[in-house]
Amino acid sequence: MEITPDAFIYWQHGALKFNATILVTWLNMLVLAGGSALVTARLSTGERMSRGQNLLEILVVGMAREIEDIGLRPARDFLPFLGTLFVFVLFSNLLAVVPGYRAPTGSLSTTTALAACVFVAVPWWGIKRHGLRGYLRLYLQPSPLMLPFNIFGELSRTLALAVRLFGNIMSGAMIVGILLSVAPLFFPVIMNLLGLLIGVIQAYIFAVLAAVYIAAAARVQQEREEKGASHG
Amino acid sequence: MDSLGWVAVASIFSAGLCIGLGAIGPALGEGRALAQALSALAQQPDEANTITRTLFVGMAMVESTAIYCFVVTMILIFANPFWNYFLGKTGGG
Repeated sequence: MEITPDAFIYWQHGALKFNATILVTWLNMLVLAGGSALVTARLSTGERMSRGQNLLEILVVGMAREIEDIGLRPARDFLPFLGTLFVFVLFSNLLAVVPGYRAPTGSLSTTTALAACVFVAVPWWGIKRHGLRGYLRLYLQPSPLMLPFNIFGELSRTLALAVRLFGNIMSGAMIVGILLSVAPLFFPVIMNLLGLLIGVIQAYIFAVLAAVYIAAAARVQQEREEKGASHG
Repeated sequence: MDSLGWVAVASIFSAGLCIGLGAIGPALGEGRALAQALSALAQQPDEANTITRTLFVGMAMVESTAIYCFVVTMILIFANPFWNYFLGKTGGG
């Protein structure tokens, strides 16, 4: 039994492999970018708007509100990165119900790449908001004794981010595969429904955790500013 | 029994043990977290958004230990490194 879409190799030349994960990821990106371009080509500011615009507006406004709730302000700065993560993971998880589609998030390489993006984004915004010294001081936070724990926590949470998404999506596909051979008529449908639910929740969790990690690195200064503003 | 047989027995046995024991802790923890969140929701329905988000994030954290166990189980059964090693040793000579 194949546990990841990495195992389907269409074309190989030496170390270069062209497998199902890459194909499906690019198809995903094409559909998402193409669909958005199609909708945003004719935007209207009046009360009459197309269905697509309505959908995208709900999505973007909802994501911006969630990001502000977590404490990342202004949401416009963070929306492109976090929103892309959420929409990409959500889209690939939801399309997993289409027969023959293999969710790219069910491959450890995709999820590791996404987690690596978060791993880079945390110091990026931390340094942007605090400066290099201020960001590095965060590692000594409660006391310098905690330095190794902070560094190890940074690494282990990246690993956890990747393995969590991979494990959840892969187990969904796996359970359906096993049930198909045990009780083929009815149960796989129910498990597929459960897989849909898990896919949505995991996309949400992935984006929220990324937001929380970034907020932990970028927020302290903001609180200080707000305090200063209330005093002054 | 040869070494290949021992590897198979140990892999299957420890795979079952791994996922079985590994599911207990997170299940108890998640149940507790959910119960607390429900009572918090009943007391403060206005804070539903914050409570639900924190619940999801916390549950994802708790759940990750179970996911680790699951991944290790999958590796033991489907991608066992020792299996290929001993297979090559006995088959390839």
